Amino acid sequence: MNETDNHRSDWIARSTALLPLLIFTGAATLVMPVMSNGPMRPSLPWVPGLDIFLSFNIDGLSLLFILIISAVGFFVTLYSVNYLHGHHQTGRFFLFLHAFMLSMLGLVCADNMMALFVFWELTTIFSYLLIGFEHEAAASRHSARQALLVTGAGGLALLAGFLLLQIITGTADISGLAVHADALRSHPLYSAIFVLIILGAFTKSAQFPFHFWLPNAMAAPTPISAFLHSATMVKGGIYLLARFHPILGGTATWTATLMITGAITAVGGAILAMGQSDLKKILAYTTITALGIMTMFLGGRATPSLTAAMTFLLVHSLYKSGLFLMAGIVDHQTGTRQLENLGGLCTRMPFTACSAVAACLSMAGFPLFFGFIGKEIMYKGALAETMCPHLAVSAAVLANALMTAVGGILIVRVFWGRPRPELSAVKEASGFMWVGPVVLGGIGIVFGIIPEWVGKWLVEPAVRAFHQSPYKIKLELYHGINMPLLLSVLTFILGGCFYLAHRPLFRLLRGTVERLPITSGRAYDGCIAGVAWLGHLQARLLQNGSLHRYLFIVMATFVVVTGYTWFTRIDIPPALSLPMLPIREWLLIALITAAVITVLLTRVLLLAICALGVIGAGLAIVFLSYGAPDVALTQLLVETLTVVIVSIILLKLPALKRTAPPKHLKRLMDGILAGAAGILVTSLLLAVLAIEPDLSLTAFFEQNSYLAAHGKNIVNVILVDFRSLDTMGEIIVVAAAGLAGFALIHQKRGQ
Amino acid sequence: MQSLILRSSTRLLVSLILVFSIYLLIRGHQSPGGGFSGALVAGTAFALYAIAEGTASVRRALRFDPRNLIVIGMLLALVSGLTGSIAGQPFLTGVWWTFTIGHDYEIALGTPLFFDIGVYLIVLGTILTLILALEES
Repeated sequence: MNETDNHRSDWIARSTALLPLLIFTGAATLVMPVMSNGPMRPSLPWVPGLDIFLSFNIDGLSLLFILIISAVGFFVTLYSVNYLHGHHQTGRFFLFLHAFMLSMLGLVCADNMMALFVFWELTTIFSYLLIGFEHEAAASRHSARQALLVTGAGGLALLAGFLLLQIITGTADISGLAVHADALRSHPLYSAIFVLIILGAFTKSAQFPFHFWLPNAMAAPTPISAFLHSATMVKGGIYLLARFHPILGGTATWTATLMITGAITAVGGAILAMGQSDLKKILAYTTITALGIMTMFLGGRATPSLTAAMTFLLVHSLYKSGLFLMAGIVDHQTGTRQLENLGGLCTRMPFTACSAVAACLSMAGFPLFFGFIGKEIMYKGALAETMCPHLAVSAAVLANALMTAVGGILIVRVFWGRPRPELSAVKEASGFMWVGPVVLGGIGIVFGIIPEWVGKWLVEPAVRAFHQSPYKIKLELYHGINMPLLLSVLTFILGGCFYLAHRPLFRLLRGTVERLPITSGRAYDGCIAGVAWLGHLQARLLQNGSLHRYLFIVMATFVVVTGYTWFTRIDIPPALSLPMLPIREWLLIALITAAVITVLLTRVLLLAICALGVIGAGLAIVFLSYGAPDVALTQLLVETLTVVIVSIILLKLPALKRTAPPKHLKRLMDGILAGAAGILVTSLLLAVLAIEPDLSLTAFFEQNSYLAAHGKNIVNVILVDFRSLDTMGEIIVVAAAGLAGFALIHQKRGQ
Repeated sequence: MQSLILRSSTRLLVSLILVFSIYLLIRGHQSPGGGFSGALVAGTAFALYAIAEGTASVRRALRFDPRNLIVIGMLLALVSGLTGSIAGQPFLTGVWWTFTIGHDYEIALGTPLFFDIGVYLIVLGTILTLILALEES
């Protein structure tokens, strides 16, 4: 591809940014109507037979998410064009990116639980594809698979939870569940539903102990990390918790689980962030912190707590996606993301530096930045909780102080100081790249100055969507001197201390993490290794390549399972009687018996095959004499062809060398198994004969065969008309077997 | 195996068996027979021919690779199934047309016949693919 082509494809890719822009505009015009008229609920039949409708519920919570997704999506699209310039798979990248965005939008709008689940899984799959975008790198593939397995397992738990909810309440729409909330909370299956739904949310939102996939997901291209793994997808779990807050929330289990897990995740993530030197890893761990904080506040019951969760959601999306984009620019322009190789970039990259400073100050929660508003409301919420307020307050202060320190580290270590000589040639990135972080950082400042407006139009509708409260929901810049403000001051002091001590802390954490006896990441690796070991074990035991062993296992399983079921569950004695048969039937029986004895005794393979053919033909005559000409015909033909084909194979085979006769024990085992299978099948057949058959189907076919299907041969009418779907399946199997056999024979010939 | 007796009788037998096979296929809806048995009969005919004259002659007689039969049969079965869907009924529902021949002789022609022909082609294609591949290996 030459430069002009590149240039043209860049503009095509850039034009796809119109899609998120349109969605953003559309969603923005919906804010007012939704506020005044209530949620919009479009619905389409999807699988009406299973009561599944593609129903949506667009309320304040959905709109907040839609606006975040489409705004960040817009900047990320513009950014990615330059970030990936010249990459040979940009088309695929943008396909995945936009497909992800649409699935994410579906996720936050879906009302039907099955629809939500499908969109949920779609985001998981696109996240997998995007993390593994650089699929030629083994680390990238490993991280992608890890994210897929962890979030996919959570998705399955979620599905089970949804099914339980649907069975108990009889409704498939989330909006219809709220009226059952009280019944659900006292239902004996509440704990099961709670655990399943929480597993879905916690894996998606990287809560402890499932947090480990998120830092590894940093193998994705940086714009993807900015979009999926900070601003949108990982917030899917938060969305789910908010959505189910009025349905499952409010119980002691809910509050305790969310608060404790959230607190551990928030503080743990922030501490781990201090031990990282890779820009993206630092941001990933602080994202885990932020998700922990949101989870913690969604555990609460008080209005300020829930307001805090939603406000912080917006705060975090703005600054964190900006920071990720900044990290990508730094990586793109300098070729490194390691803190120790960076420094003094502010003069080289002024726009990027400005946006980074704005984002970091918002993260640190400085007054006049939106982060400050988020932090104040957080402390207000924590203090308003009745259940374990001390835990929430201390976790919030500690996490915020550590994030303040991280903000300081990012500004100082990357942009401040003397420019390093090896970075002297670094230039500012293209405008398409820095426009995103600059605008997102700018919004962070504007929102910080007019919080009342943001509170009224974005946060309040979102909170009201899942929380009925008589209290006013307001965001304010200055509340007067009160407890939250004092906690803010404490946060800055602590944050300053952490910043000053960050180098020793870094060295300390580095060593400690490696010395931990067990981490979630290692537990995951252990599980995967265990599954692989089990796979190898069963392959060695069951599939060792010996045809004899395969047949033995298949037959033994049949005998044991069928025999066990028959003797324990079904009480039909085999009907044994010696019927009076005409002489020709006795002759037939004698013929078949002679053929069986021949098969057993002969050492010549060709003779054995022919004798088997005689048995088959004898059976065909039995069918014929009892009035089943179709079965007889097919049986006879199949036997004939089998003998022909096996004879061809035998004639083609090289002459078998005389091998040592099989061991006696082995022959004895084979004999016992063959005898058992024979006796079992015979007695089963006799037992079946003892039952009076249900003739209703026969009557149906007799009546309808000619009238409905123009055929007098009922067997064939059943095959090609009444039950033609079965036949369809069978011919697909026949065709697949034929092609597979052909491939096998050709492969052998090639060797 | 180049036996004169086998070769001469094969020439006569193969054409007879093939005609019988088509007969079985067509009469299947009213009397014993049908696509599956018809295809098995045709399979034995070609197997006999292959043993007597060699696979090259079979391939010459067929004019195309038997794997194509599988594909054509599958398409035929699918199309006859989809005809029901197009007629607004569930997939694979039989759709029938009746023609009057002469004064009062009616013939009913339906998609199950085409479905049966599809079964015939797939089974025959599979048998031929395997027999020829085995003979040539």
